[in-house]
Amino acid sequence: MKRILAVDDSASMRQMVSFTLKKSGYDVTEAKDGQEALNIAQSAQFDVIISDVNMPVMDGITLVKNLRALPQFKFTPILMLTTESGTDKKSEGKAAGATGWIVKPFNPEQLLAVIKKVAR
Amino acid sequence: MSLGNAPNLDLIDNVEDADAELVQYLTFMMAEEEYGIEILSVQEIRGWEPMTQIPNTPEYVKGVINLRGTVVPVIDLRLRFQLPKIDYSDITVVVIVKVRIAGSEKIMGIVVDAVSDVYSLEQQAVSGAPHIGDVENKEFIEGLINVNDKMVVLLDLKKVLDI
Amino acid sequence: MSIDLSQFYEVFIEESFEGLDAMEAELLNLEPGDVDSEIINTIFRAAHSIKGGSGTFGFMAIADFTHVLETLLDQIRNGQRELESQHVDLLLKSVDCLRAMLVAIQNDEPQESELAVELKTQFQAILDGEQPTSPRIEESTEINDSSDTQSSSESQSVITIWQILFSPEPHLFKTGNEPLFLFEDLEDVGDITVRANLEKLPDLTHLSPEDSFIQWTITLETEGDVSEDKIKEVFEWVEDDAIIEISKKAQIEGLGDGIEEEAEPSTQQQTQLPTESPVEPETLDTAIIKDKPAGEAVKTTQVKSADKAEKPASTKSESGSIRVGTDKVDSLINMVGELVITQAMLNELGESDELDANKLAALREGLAQLSHNTRDLQESVMRIRMMPISFVFSRFPRLVRDISQKLDKQVELKLLGEQTELDKTVMEKISDPMVHLVRNSLDHGLETPDERAAAGKGKTGTVTLNAYHQGGNIVIEIIDDGRGLNTEKIKQKAIANGLIAETDDLSDDEINELIFQPGFSTADAVSDLSGRGVGMDVVKRNINALNGTVEVTSVPNVGSTFTIRLPLTLAILDGQLITVGKNVYIIPLVSIVESLQIDTRKVNTVGGGLEVLRLRDEYIPIMRLYDLFNHHDAQTELENGLLVVVESDNEKVGLLVDELLAQQQFVIKSLEANYKKVDGISGATILGDGSVSLIVDISGLIKLAGLKKAGKQGLDFDKPLSEAV
Repeated sequence: MKRILAVDDSASMRQMVSFTLKKSGYDVTEAKDGQEALNIAQSAQFDVIISDVNMPVMDGITLVKNLRALPQFKFTPILMLTTESGTDKKSEGKAAGATGWIVKPFNPEQLLAVIKKVAR
Repeated sequence: MSLGNAPNLDLIDNVEDADAELVQYLTFMMAEEEYGIEILSVQEIRGWEPMTQIPNTPEYVKGVINLRGTVVPVIDLRLRFQLPKIDYSDITVVVIVKVRIAGSEKIMGIVVDAVSDVYSLEQQAVSGAPHIGDVENKEFIEGLINVNDKMVVLLDLKKVLDI
Repeated sequence: MSIDLSQFYEVFIEESFEGLDAMEAELLNLEPGDVDSEIINTIFRAAHSIKGGSGTFGFMAIADFTHVLETLLDQIRNGQRELESQHVDLLLKSVDCLRAMLVAIQNDEPQESELAVELKTQFQAILDGEQPTSPRIEESTEINDSSDTQSSSESQSVITIWQILFSPEPHLFKTGNEPLFLFEDLEDVGDITVRANLEKLPDLTHLSPEDSFIQWTITLETEGDVSEDKIKEVFEWVEDDAIIEISKKAQIEGLGDGIEEEAEPSTQQQTQLPTESPVEPETLDTAIIKDKPAGEAVKTTQVKSADKAEKPASTKSESGSIRVGTDKVDSLINMVGELVITQAMLNELGESDELDANKLAALREGLAQLSHNTRDLQESVMRIRMMPISFVFSRFPRLVRDISQKLDKQVELKLLGEQTELDKTVMEKISDPMVHLVRNSLDHGLETPDERAAAGKGKTGTVTLNAYHQGGNIVIEIIDDGRGLNTEKIKQKAIANGLIAETDDLSDDEINELIFQPGFSTADAVSDLSGRGVGMDVVKRNINALNGTVEVTSVPNVGSTFTIRLPLTLAILDGQLITVGKNVYIIPLVSIVESLQIDTRKVNTVGGGLEVLRLRDEYIPIMRLYDLFNHHDAQTELENGLLVVVESDNEKVGLLVDELLAQQQFVIKSLEANYKKVDGISGATILGDGSVSLIVDISGLIKLAGLKKAGKQGLDFDKPLSEAV
């Protein structure tokens, strides 16, 4: 079973992402900000990480940088959830090492389509 | 104290239409009369026990008991119907009922002389029970019905317990 | 798969309310001209989350509206725009507007609101104004259509041959991207042939398996109307990490069979590559990546959340759920653990056939432990309902801001003791009385800047909300440094209203307390704020209803302090057990002043048969509880009973009872749940022996006594008893 770490400060988004992925057979772990995600990730392995960009405590960009510095996440697909359609955040995320992004708002089908792209 | 769960067989035999909807009634005795209440509203049957009086309430409100942590008022049905008072004895029972009054569910106890039987009655027979004319307590009575040549007074608990 | 998004609505709405509360609180912290970027970030994040969630869950009116908010906040955040006070006002109005929209969703009403449209126009005007910094308005509800990769299936059979040069930077793998995945996605667009160019592959000694050296040439054959954008979309994530050149090589109309258009011959060495099987170095890479985690212990350990600051829940909408800190749950689990141990120990004792002295001692010890466990557990459970008073305090910054603007007063609000905890139900009910008291302080207590200057004070007045625990109570103070109560004016008014006589000798404090009497208002003109027909008497009554008290102290020109005392919880009552005949009642300890034996020489009977006891310099009316409650088995002689002096609504009365039993804590049970309200009784509880005992409602009892006497003697007991004496 593929393991996914879903990071978002919004409980409703987290639940939606988690529910959708679990229903499709993924093993999902949730975290509510970058710091919590990083703490969890220190001692675990995930096949895909999905993270919001704007979060308190530690934002998504910082999280990606930190994750890429961990040996087990050097090559792991990391997707950013972003509402910013402006290219700045995307390129910032890319520069930090993100694999790609999902633009909010998205529906469960769109989410799954993107996840399938990276979790094979 | 047994609730007498076995349905009255005579009655079942009398049911002509097997598909007819049956309603079960618990009956109890009071002053030689048999009264029936719908069994679905009955929660449990307890013996008489001393209870805490509530000040300044009608005489028929005997007080409150502790029903597993819930405070439940107990109504003496004889007094409610203005029947002569009798002393409570070993066979005096408190029937705990759940009724919906003014939009909220209430759990209450009713004191009766003794529990009698459980009857399965045809819904039709019940709803067709004649409404009685000018008798005492008629506001509490849903209808009268003959069961095995005995007359049973079916009670409208909502009205009886709307106090 | 279809997923019903409505299951997430409740959480979304709840968190949005929280976000709006946070936004509001932070907006009130903002000082135009000196913008704290962390504050702006927090506000931005709240708006941003609401926008993201509302878009995702289909609340487009909210998504549209928050979009303009977000745009403005983004510009301020990025320093593209200066924060102005009109922005803050507009944002605060938007918070209210969004709350209303969320409530509309909760009530299944349309979320669209005229206010939102109007506010949006105002935002737009600002955004379109002086600093045209790329307002992104048009794309407010863009949907990412990445799943729609199916090419249009119309029958036009055009075959297009594309050549794609894909030359990734060495770091490609470190972005988590994988050329093979891209090729697979490309297969959804059309048939592909992939060639790997190994020219840049270093020799083995320099080969770093973590870097990507291979360049790829892909021939893509698409059918129908496939745009170049469709292909670009596949490479969207890697466009910054690779050189990507897409060119159209040929287009053939007609049936797509047998078309074989060779891409321009490359001078480089080429390797034919079937898409299914990766090239050697590729497999090497993959293997290494896959091996990585194997070397490390893959062990998940629960990591505690670093974020302990709970967001304040919405104070507007009452929700049935409570957020409980994990520490509270942990302690609860610990106690249940102890309880289980005790139970096991008692079980073991219970199974023994005989009970010798040793076992009896052990049994007693076990029972003592059990009662200890039970008490701890009870306290812990009560603690679950306890929440910091900051949940109430948090609504005041906005309130004070709005009111002081309206009144043209300068006010600073200080909040102290925000972490002081009290029961959720008490909290919900104390909010309104507090709002009233704060309004009152702002309206009547604090002076205008000019008045303050004239009085030799700073122009800015201060209102302080202070909360702390004292014994089993929570004390909440509302302190202002305003003009203080006008004691003389209150006195005159009280005389005019017949509350006191001109000859009454009352201390200033006693006079000040008169403002809590029904129908008392000293405001010369009924103001928009305080004079809403709701007087201090209502505040007092509401607080009394919570078993609490409120009092006021005031010093002219220095200010006033209103002090509210409340029990920490409504579920538990400290009470005194008393008997009346064989009936056992409970009198709340909070209302008991003292208990004494009656010296009948000091009892007088006044007009209408009312007995009063002279107690020091007071006359205490005597109420015979057996008489009020119609019990016929009790002491009827004053000297044989005891008098419990109680106080309620500033009236002292003595209750004649037979005996005093223990004082203890009781868990309050409702009598109304299954019966109805009984005069003079506030509730019930279950005693240690399992029997039910009723709790005396003192103010209800005083009313009951008034009614009874009035019925008997035609006396008006609603008048203060002092007059009747």
